Amino acid sequence: MPTLYLPCDSLARAVGADEVSTALITQAKERNLPLELQRTSSRGLYWLEPLLEVDSPQGRIGFGPLTADDVPSVLDALKGDPSAHPLALGLVEELPYLKSQQRLLFARAGITRPLSLDDYRAHGGFEGLTRAVAIGGEETATAVFDSGLRGRGGAAFPAGIKWRTVRATQAAQKYIVCNADEGDSGTFADRMLMEGDPFLLIEGMAIAGITVGATFGYIYVRSEYPDAVATLRAALNIAREAGYLGANVGGSGLAFDMEVRVGAGAYICGEETALLDSLEGKRGIVRAKPPIPALQGLFGQPTLVHNVLTLASVPLILAKGAQFYRDYGMGRSLGTMPFQLAGNIRHGGLVERAFGLTLRELVEDYGGGTASGRPLKAAQVGGPLGTWVPPSQFDTPLDYEAFAGIGAMVGHGGVVVADDTLDMAQMARFAMQFCAEESCGKCTPCRIGSTRGVEVIDRMLAAPEQSDRDAQVIILKDLCDTMQYGSLCALGGMAPFPVTSALKYFPADFGLQPSEAEQ
Amino acid sequence: MPDESLHLPLVNSLLERHKGSPGALLPILHDIQERIGYIPDVAVPEIAHALNLSQAEVRGVISFYHDFRTAPPARHILRLCRAESCKSRGAEELAAQLRDRLQLDDHGSSADGNISLRPVYCLGACACSPALELDGRVHSRLSAEHLDALLDACREDA
Repeated sequence: MPTLYLPCDSLARAVGADEVSTALITQAKERNLPLELQRTSSRGLYWLEPLLEVDSPQGRIGFGPLTADDVPSVLDALKGDPSAHPLALGLVEELPYLKSQQRLLFARAGITRPLSLDDYRAHGGFEGLTRAVAIGGEETATAVFDSGLRGRGGAAFPAGIKWRTVRATQAAQKYIVCNADEGDSGTFADRMLMEGDPFLLIEGMAIAGITVGATFGYIYVRSEYPDAVATLRAALNIAREAGYLGANVGGSGLAFDMEVRVGAGAYICGEETALLDSLEGKRGIVRAKPPIPALQGLFGQPTLVHNVLTLASVPLILAKGAQFYRDYGMGRSLGTMPFQLAGNIRHGGLVERAFGLTLRELVEDYGGGTASGRPLKAAQVGGPLGTWVPPSQFDTPLDYEAFAGIGAMVGHGGVVVADDTLDMAQMARFAMQFCAEESCGKCTPCRIGSTRGVEVIDRMLAAPEQSDRDAQVIILKDLCDTMQYGSLCALGGMAPFPVTSALKYFPADFGLQPSEAEQ
Repeated sequence: MPDESLHLPLVNSLLERHKGSPGALLPILHDIQERIGYIPDVAVPEIAHALNLSQAEVRGVISFYHDFRTAPPARHILRLCRAESCKSRGAEELAAQLRDRLQLDDHGSSADGNISLRPVYCLGACACSPALELDGRVHSRLSAEHLDALLDACREDA
């Protein structure tokens, strides 16, 4: 009996992976088969989950999406011709969806067991840390700078500048803070990475710590991700025992340790300064900048704050060199980005590619169009504060600057697809409602503006006369303008994007003629 | 309601465990809620004293975060995702189904105290929307029948 692999990822489990696992164990026992089943991370080919993989001489072959009821027939097929099974997928790494990807960050996804140090090391783990220890802090910071890596949380700030800034500060205590408060709808790459490859994040943070002179770090994980919290906590203990954390990180002679902190259901805590306040045990209220966190961050000390994917990119940059990383991507968007296909999409999942592929390739070639089979209406790129992009703009390359050029953003790489039944006026109203619910309340445009926004849209949708609706459009646009330019942080500042884009591209949903909406 | 002061020894032992660590308030509140099911009012002065905060500051933090409860929850906690990805796959229809079956607004507990309902904005299950979380377990690729079956299981369990 060959080795079997089944993901323990929380979404694979949400669609029945544990039931498949139980059935495999029971059936194997009944048949007296010696079963070796490894629970690995997920490939991110979620439409095929639960995806069972089986060792074969040519590589791992796959079966999916499985239910527990399919298990007997799969075990039968493994005795004979596996490819004859109706859910057989052939060699998993030859599936076009996966084969055409450029998996750097997610190189181990679906292959290794999340908490196996041996698996991690066998697939390149800790090579980056070893290199960082060998070349020292100055060269490590230079490698990050030269790689062109930009913050993957959404703001895309050059990571190397932050590293040099924090490294140059003099302080009794510095911190590394990992922003794992992945609250954007349509995104799940951070979750996948924390659940599936926790040592990669730990390695990235350890490199950051010894490079900038921080001795302690926090990973702030949202409470909606309990599996990620448990996996990370277990991984921290394993890494500490193995000497990758503690008084002498990887033999560097430098100390670094960290702990996991759990959020409490506040979207705003994904904003870095609100996150810092939350870590300090306060309400998650946005801070005015300056001072920037790199100089005065957590507990007033210099703090390097990065998203999960940014920190997890660092080991690879060190192991393979800055130039290797720069060779991926286009313009000033370098490296790869794990895009996340979500919503009404046939093939939802994770697609890691160099920047520069078009939204159409992502949605149509990878995603296979809508799950409902109905016509595509729009895609919201970059989370709940992202623009609704109509299909006429789908040929825009996914690049920070190109997307900014069409008034949209790449953000954290989430793409939520909608078919023609989704009412964009309701989605615009939701954007304002969400902002009202999640606003920290510090600045007026966001706190008051979002509530007024809901009211204006409600009045517009209820207005019987065209002239009344037109009057409300003017108010709504003014309000969006005030929020966009007057808010303290991106929540109030970008909540208007889904509203104004819905209004611009889908005026009919608001009961408007196209010309009025564009005035 | 049982005497909340019965919870004090537990609260104080949790405070003792955490109070040396910087910014301990959220971990303390999480631990109390995990053990007791909610943050009892009687815990607030104890927390404030241990962390050298005012009671107002502690209450301010409890009320700011959606996760913290100040009353015992129902037997089951159901959180339906209402964010964009799930909306694009019919989350609003599921929400209507829940309102109808439980005779509830989007927030609240059913009259029999069996199910607490709350919206959630993203469970990270967006590739297989729509999704919900029931008692800490995520269920995805939901259908109306699937939701009915989950609710039936909760009711039988009561």
